[in-house]
Amino acid sequence: MRFIMKRDYYQDIRLFKYRSTFFWYLALVIGCFLAPTVLDDYFISQLTFICMYSVATVGLMLLTGYTGQVSMGHAAFFGIGAFTSAILSSKGVPFVLALPAAGLLAGVVGIFIGLPALRLSGLYLAIATMGFGFIVEEILVRWESLTHGNMGMMVDPPSIGPLLFESETSYYYLTLVILTLTILAARNILRSPTGRAMIAIRDSEVAAQAMGISMAKYKTTAFAISAFFTGVAGSLYAHKLTFINPESFTIFVSIEFLAMIIVGGLGSIHGAVFGAAFIIFLPQLIIMTKDYMPKYLADQTGLDPVLYGLMIILFILFEPLGIYGRWRKTRFYFEMFPLYKKDTFRREKKYFKAERH
Amino acid sequence: MELFNEILQTILSGVSIGCIYGLVALGFVLIFKATEIINFAQGEMMVLGAFIALTLINVLGFPYWIALLLTTVLLGLFGMLLERTVLRSLIGEPVFAIVMLTIGLGYFVRSSVSMVPGWGTDTHGFRTPFTDRVVRYGELVLSWEQLAIILMTGALILILFAFFRFTRIGVAMRAASQNQLAAAYMGISVNRVFSLTWTISAALGGFAGVLLSPITFVHMNMGFIGLKAFPAAVLGGFGSIPGAIVGGLIIGITESLAGVYLPVGWKDIAAYIILILVLIIRPQGLFGIQEKKKV
Repeated sequence: MRFIMKRDYYQDIRLFKYRSTFFWYLALVIGCFLAPTVLDDYFISQLTFICMYSVATVGLMLLTGYTGQVSMGHAAFFGIGAFTSAILSSKGVPFVLALPAAGLLAGVVGIFIGLPALRLSGLYLAIATMGFGFIVEEILVRWESLTHGNMGMMVDPPSIGPLLFESETSYYYLTLVILTLTILAARNILRSPTGRAMIAIRDSEVAAQAMGISMAKYKTTAFAISAFFTGVAGSLYAHKLTFINPESFTIFVSIEFLAMIIVGGLGSIHGAVFGAAFIIFLPQLIIMTKDYMPKYLADQTGLDPVLYGLMIILFILFEPLGIYGRWRKTRFYFEMFPLYKKDTFRREKKYFKAERH
Repeated sequence: MELFNEILQTILSGVSIGCIYGLVALGFVLIFKATEIINFAQGEMMVLGAFIALTLINVLGFPYWIALLLTTVLLGLFGMLLERTVLRSLIGEPVFAIVMLTIGLGYFVRSSVSMVPGWGTDTHGFRTPFTDRVVRYGELVLSWEQLAIILMTGALILILFAFFRFTRIGVAMRAASQNQLAAAYMGISVNRVFSLTWTISAALGGFAGVLLSPITFVHMNMGFIGLKAFPAAVLGGFGSIPGAIVGGLIIGITESLAGVYLPVGWKDIAAYIILILVLIIRPQGLFGIQEKKKV
């Protein structure tokens, strides 16, 4: 364990805690950029999906993991982003404009959802956002003149100026750049006063209010930022699949996003990426283990969702801090060896004292 | 007169589907009142109940009424088992984690049902004493299936009302849901109350599943009707037992009216529009009490 003497306040909110951290992240980014030279197209395509979903989960993480507002309607923002981008592209708007437009429209809708959210908390908010998700899905199906309803829409691969992102590798670079920008933006938001206000709201709304933090301002900001990132991810999704229809944006997608951030580890940007990676690779893992299963079980179509549900249950029961929590524990174990105490990571259970009338 | 009859007919079919929403919502409300958890797997209890009844009636040849009773009891045991094995250790964890856990449970149960030999992903049906019979009153036509749903829901509510009002354990459950600490001081075993709450709520889910199966048929996805029960529970005020039933009826009637008189698509989202309006205008619902948060 290293201890650094902190000499001023700004040292505390630096992007990289140690110099070596910067080095390792740089190595990671370079590694990601070099990946296409060793991996085949299939893996690159999977990595593209991870990058794409990570943009959305980082957005959701800001809202749920850092501001404490559970949203079960993020598929709606994802869908709004995808369809905005698809419709604008079909009208001839270049990708450079369609992508931010998708994010902005989702962000504006996010503000409108954030407003009623001011009066709601916890479970009520989850249910309200779920209802919002259903309504948006139905609008996407019924507004046929704009979205072509269940017929779906074809989307062209994007291009920026002379660059056409058609091959797996080029699209991978595009999503990787956007993911890197997203993570940098999220990190910077989190160390700014806005981010600190969001974290304060998560930890205690009453205490935050007493410190002079405006609930209305920061909750709607959190919704808007989160929706913006998810909308951008939706736009990337549309251009990657080149075909979208409203069925891709149901409540199950919202639940998948939530599962990603739970599995990855709530309250950390790492967790958002880890979770996305885990959920994307899960079907692959299942296929790989299928050879070792009894035939009857391996042939079932319900196998994927069963294992999916089981995994959520097991994570919440046995590793509530998610993959990132496990990683931190492992690292801490070696740093403190042989003095590791299990209780370092024990969480305070909050027994509710229900006093109702 | 013609129009009046038509509206009345629509309302009646709305009432019968509303009863189902109400029953499922009741399952949410019971658990929420006792443990402040929302069980997103409530719809899956219905699926499980319907499939168990299907096996009992079609394969084992039980009569309908005995199958209904057995299913309710079996589902109750299942609920108790769930509480013991999975949910009890989570008391005190963040609400969000528990919600995700019940969502995971929902996935697990729904897909496991599809793996059971003979159940699978197909649509099934079984004969009930009400099949193919209708009641006529003037111009109005009501199938026995719908009538049975309405009557049995009514009977069940009376039983539950009596249970919470007059039995010792029922009163203990109400006490524990008001103030757990005080209830524990009075010698009530709060753990047992939680366990019983999950039992009753799962049994209600199974009961609703069997009632619903003649109308929607038995299918692994029939539990999604549970998602419509959320608006019902919210409309009634999440902690209120009569509220759940009234909320269910209002949602059911609105939905069937919207299905007849509004353009396509409105039927499916009417419930959620009501949900969001209620949450904006009156978050505590019709029968709920505004709770002040203590710091």
